[in-house]
Amino acid sequence: MGQLNSSSVSTVEPAEHGYFTTRFESILSWAQKYSLFMYPFVTACCGMEFMAVSSPRYDFSRFGSEAPRFSPRQSDLLWVVGTISQRQAPILKRIFEQMAEPRWVLAFGTCASSGGFYDNYATIAGIDKIIPCDIYVPGCPPRPEAVLDGLMLLQDKIQSGDRRPAIVKPRSDPATDQSLGLVQLRRPSQA
Amino acid sequence: MSKLLIELVRNEFSDAVTASHSERGDETVVIKAASWLSLGQFLRDDPACDMALLVDLTAVDFPDQNPRFEVVAHLASLTRGHRLRVKAKVGQRDASRAEIDSWSGLWGSANWAERECFDMFGIIFKGHPDLRRILLYPEFVGHPLRRDYPAQKIQPLVPFREVDNIDKLPPFGPTEGMSFGRQTHDQWQKLNQPDDDL
Repeated sequence: MGQLNSSSVSTVEPAEHGYFTTRFESILSWAQKYSLFMYPFVTACCGMEFMAVSSPRYDFSRFGSEAPRFSPRQSDLLWVVGTISQRQAPILKRIFEQMAEPRWVLAFGTCASSGGFYDNYATIAGIDKIIPCDIYVPGCPPRPEAVLDGLMLLQDKIQSGDRRPAIVKPRSDPATDQSLGLVQLRRPSQA
Repeated sequence: MSKLLIELVRNEFSDAVTASHSERGDETVVIKAASWLSLGQFLRDDPACDMALLVDLTAVDFPDQNPRFEVVAHLASLTRGHRLRVKAKVGQRDASRAEIDSWSGLWGSANWAERECFDMFGIIFKGHPDLRRILLYPEFVGHPLRRDYPAQKIQPLVPFREVDNIDKLPPFGPTEGMSFGRQTHDQWQKLNQPDDDL
């Protein structure tokens, strides 16, 4: 660069500095997926695992989702971490409605995804009964690796503009993967 | 030592105690509901009892018995180290007249315990300063730990979303569960592919 006076300002020469073209939606979603301001809605024991993911050992700030915003109006991603009871449902719905578009929802753990084993009068059988959910992370609680998988899955979906819900798959099935050394959990199929 | 405690209670409330037993350090006294308050007063204030700690207060529902409910309280003495379980049977078989005196004037911990008991079983604690639901919401109808409360019945505060197949939103199916549960992962792989039509 030349000196900062008006006489020395010149246009950038492509041959010297290089450039690339992109689509507007592409670079916008690229920016969105690496600056996910999160709202942690932490209600239960999954919060321990959430702390593990956010602490330096697993460190999801590597993925640009570091800053928590405890105002839903400033948040992009709603982390629903833990069991949601019927009594909490109005709170969760209101938080979701206060978030500005575009907004994403991640169901952290089995309880948030489907109610888990809380099949009773007090518990919502999955937050998708009341708010649309983008990513489901199974596990009770999920391993931090599974949560990072979910975060990367969400980033892929933001980049591709796909708003359909998705689930984090286990990297291997503990019921059938003999290398894990676990017992045979699943009965042979009736085929 | 605790057998001594049962004797104390039996001597004091000879006509109100309907049963008692002592099983491996587990002492129980069953008493008529009318003597509930005076029994609590006695157990707390008598120097030989000195039950300063109300550990728990709850109820059990026996829908085929009359009286139907059994109010159960666990007491402990910090100075003497003995424990006692006290029971009283209340309520008709149709759950009416499920009333008993409140212990909230004797032990502070009875306040919330009795509110929970009211919330879950619908037992009225007479003399309670603030008898309303403690865990569930005021809009809830019924008492969920009664045996005749339907196991599947939910009372949502927020109406569920109007989406097709709300009971089995993708990627979950009717057999949703743990990740290594009843579904095969090939289905999920298919669901996550972008050109798959949900």
